[in-house]
Amino acid sequence: MKYNQWQGFNKGIWTEKIDVRDFIDKNIMSYTGDESFLCGATERTKRALARFEELKKQERENGGVLSIDTSTVSSLCNYPAGYLTDEDIIVGFQTDEPLKRGVNPFGGIRMARSACESYGYKLSEKIEEYFKYRTTHNDGVFRIYTDEMKAARHCGLLTGLPDAYGRGRIIGDYRRVALYGVDYLIECKIEDKKKLADNLMDVDNIRLSEELYSQIDFLKKLKEMAQIYGYDISQPAQNAKEAVQWTYFAYLAANKEQNGAAMSFGRTASFFDIYIERDIKNGILTEEEAQELFDDLVIKLRAARHLRTPEYNELFGGDPMWITESIGGMSLNHKTLVTKSSYRILNTLYNLGSAPEPNLTVLWSRSLPEKFKSFCAKVSIDTDAIQYENDDLMRPRYGDDYAIACCVSAMKIGKQMQFFGARTNLPKLLLLSLNGGYDNVFGTKIGPQMDVMDDDVLDYNTVLSRFNEYLRWLCRLYVNTMNCIHFMHDKYAYEKTQMALHDTDVERLMAFGIAGLSVIADSLSAIKYAKVTPIRDENGYIVDFDTKGDFPKFGNDDNRVDEIASNMIINFRNELHKTPTYRNAKHTLSVLTITSNVVYGKKTGATPDRRKKGEPFAPGANPMHNRETNGALASLNSVSKLPYSAALDGISNTFSIVPDALGHDKNERIVNLVSLLDGYFAHDAHHLNVNVLNRETLMKAYENPAEYPNLTIRVSGYAVNFIALSREQQKEVIMRTFHLTV
Amino acid sequence: MNGKISSFQSLGTLDGPGLRTVVFMQGCPLRCICCHNPETWDFNVGMTISADDLVEKILRYKEYIKDGGATFSGGEPIYQAKFVAEVFRKLHDNNIHTCLDTSGCIYNDDIDELLNNADLVLLDYKYSTDEAYKKYVGCSVSAPTYFLEKLEEKNIKTWIRRVIIPKINDDDFSYSDIENMKKTHSCVEKIEYLPLSLLCKEKYENMGIDFPVEHLFE
Repeated sequence: MKYNQWQGFNKGIWTEKIDVRDFIDKNIMSYTGDESFLCGATERTKRALARFEELKKQERENGGVLSIDTSTVSSLCNYPAGYLTDEDIIVGFQTDEPLKRGVNPFGGIRMARSACESYGYKLSEKIEEYFKYRTTHNDGVFRIYTDEMKAARHCGLLTGLPDAYGRGRIIGDYRRVALYGVDYLIECKIEDKKKLADNLMDVDNIRLSEELYSQIDFLKKLKEMAQIYGYDISQPAQNAKEAVQWTYFAYLAANKEQNGAAMSFGRTASFFDIYIERDIKNGILTEEEAQELFDDLVIKLRAARHLRTPEYNELFGGDPMWITESIGGMSLNHKTLVTKSSYRILNTLYNLGSAPEPNLTVLWSRSLPEKFKSFCAKVSIDTDAIQYENDDLMRPRYGDDYAIACCVSAMKIGKQMQFFGARTNLPKLLLLSLNGGYDNVFGTKIGPQMDVMDDDVLDYNTVLSRFNEYLRWLCRLYVNTMNCIHFMHDKYAYEKTQMALHDTDVERLMAFGIAGLSVIADSLSAIKYAKVTPIRDENGYIVDFDTKGDFPKFGNDDNRVDEIASNMIINFRNELHKTPTYRNAKHTLSVLTITSNVVYGKKTGATPDRRKKGEPFAPGANPMHNRETNGALASLNSVSKLPYSAALDGISNTFSIVPDALGHDKNERIVNLVSLLDGYFAHDAHHLNVNVLNRETLMKAYENPAEYPNLTIRVSGYAVNFIALSREQQKEVIMRTFHLTV
Repeated sequence: MNGKISSFQSLGTLDGPGLRTVVFMQGCPLRCICCHNPETWDFNVGMTISADDLVEKILRYKEYIKDGGATFSGGEPIYQAKFVAEVFRKLHDNNIHTCLDTSGCIYNDDIDELLNNADLVLLDYKYSTDEAYKKYVGCSVSAPTYFLEKLEEKNIKTWIRRVIIPKINDDDFSYSDIENMKKTHSCVEKIEYLPLSLLCKEKYENMGIDFPVEHLFE
């Protein structure tokens, strides 16, 4: 063995070169038993939790932000060490105090400035002065945005574009730091850089050379950052505690460097489990201590914060970080990747109480151990804090060492990265096409200019061919816009720490998105099966519709409309593919809205499906609220038909059911929820958020937020503190379909 | 063969074991005071569907209901016994567990044949006296009694169900009577007491008819 720290592990390819997957494959101890071995919180954990809850309370009372360090630019080594208590097991905060937020102007100084101001702070003169002479990502993008791009952004046709802050959605393989130590990682990157010397010094080679320089530089800074906390992480971790600490340091460094929208954690629990099993075997760790490691790690993760503006919170409600941790799944050799630590990380929801972060994501397979399935169902029923994604669907495409970034975006850890691209508003595009390139909410002209459709009653085929023309225009614009954004992000806000924890020869994905799928599917269905007469304003523009008669609605397992929804995804994907991407990234697509379905609805006129102007869309791929008349499984079946092969960045579905509708008692509910998940995923569905709760609870929390400080619910690909949502977002959540008893 | 259904619920967990699809058949001769589904009473309305189409619809949920099954409720499904029997046979061909939710208010050869294809019967044994049956249901207590004897004779797994209505059937006699059925009938696997729910009040209001059980508490 190359390192003493590896004593007791089975050898493999991983001992010769960086290959965390192989390490797991050779050493994992699968677990098929139940949860009875789990330990509760220790007294130390309870003390740490009490301190943390107290700080969170202060943060809430302070309007959502505890404090801001306005005079330091966030980076790896710019803050002294910070601690929660004097008995922290896992150490490290983004700044020198827990919940104190740093400023990160690299994505955009304007956003940093206005975020400070909206919480009553002022960005220091020093930082303002420094960034006068430094180009941010945001500056770069706006230097090259075309008029059309700006217009599409302004009217909300393209929304949530990562052009003013870190793009996020990149998962560093933080485990590499624990398994290999930083020195070996530096050594490998130096080798990679040397190899580039033989190539033609073209744009690609020059850019990569400089990126490797930065990666090496930041790996050195990572070591220095750990030094501030008194740790030397140049060598591999030698026990479980160090493995967790080394990995967390790497994640922390990424979080200090980047304020990406989603800063996901990866797939770590079963990796840590290998160290824990070795320590337990060696008699240097107890079960209680193993649980305590996870509990303390999770407290640290729950304390992660970025400084955001109120406009940002409108799109992504509840101050989310998307510290997504992927749990379970199966290996390519058919053994389960569920370990005791898969249980331990879920057990943090009991030991520390339910909370939105980390975004615990169970990779569901029909072959998962039955006892683990039941435990997950129990945790869902008790906490509403976890989401499920179909491992049987993703494993063939991403192998068995992928993780979810943000909500539903799968990528091979350390081998793929993503250029995040927010989403486009499809119902708005439909209205735009009917009005011949006129936006009836903002009163602006954009896109191909044609006559307003003058039909008395809308004809399906005519509408569809007109829509497809606008779709072609939009997709080209969308890819071009993304190319601008990611060129500039690479240039001015490159993720040095995270990319240092990827293979140098990384595969890039460019993730596009659509919002309002069920609204456009129902609208087209109304045009096809009912009688839709446009209502015009004094200038002849269509502003509303008179829809007579019934029509099939998405969410009832009715192929007539479900096919419209599926074809929409396929067409969109096909159109995107026609425009090449920056750095030859692979085009991918998601059906996901986060909480932006509320804002999208606000910016969109009335639609033919009888949705009124300004009304929220359904989130993600959800059917529209209360249009599902055949019950919950019919709704799940409709969503499961959407083709994952055309939406490889994920299809999000949020499912809320009242406890009584799931069974008479807890045991029945657990068994039934497992059947429901098995059935849904057997239909090749991709993702499900599960909420088991009564609408009344939410209504009470809406009225008396102070009494429900920790009420957690799943919204769209993430979990959120209900009371941290805006009032509008809260109302929208309450309005959604709750599957009731029959 | 065609039948008439009132509605289709893809997810039920309260009418029989496990996850179940529930088909509400159209038409019922009874007028129980606490009926949850007044929209199913009229024999002249409802959606006509063939047995094959209905089976196909249920099979869309096969992966979910593998540990549960399909329940036929209503309305009164035994008034369309031939149709339901055919659907049950076809469901059995597909290894789907079948459950009949009935008042047991009549019995005939078609129903006899239907029972031969039912894995489980939920028998709504509403009251313990003939007086209450006549007053609050509209048939004699002898009907469900006879139905239960048939279930015993055929040895079909049965759950006796009763909605508990304060002051009408929450007395000692009613409880001991129903508990006794479990002792005297080996087919009875369990007794389910259901709480009275007024959630369906809105349905009555929408239909512009009176919800009789409400008056009991005025």
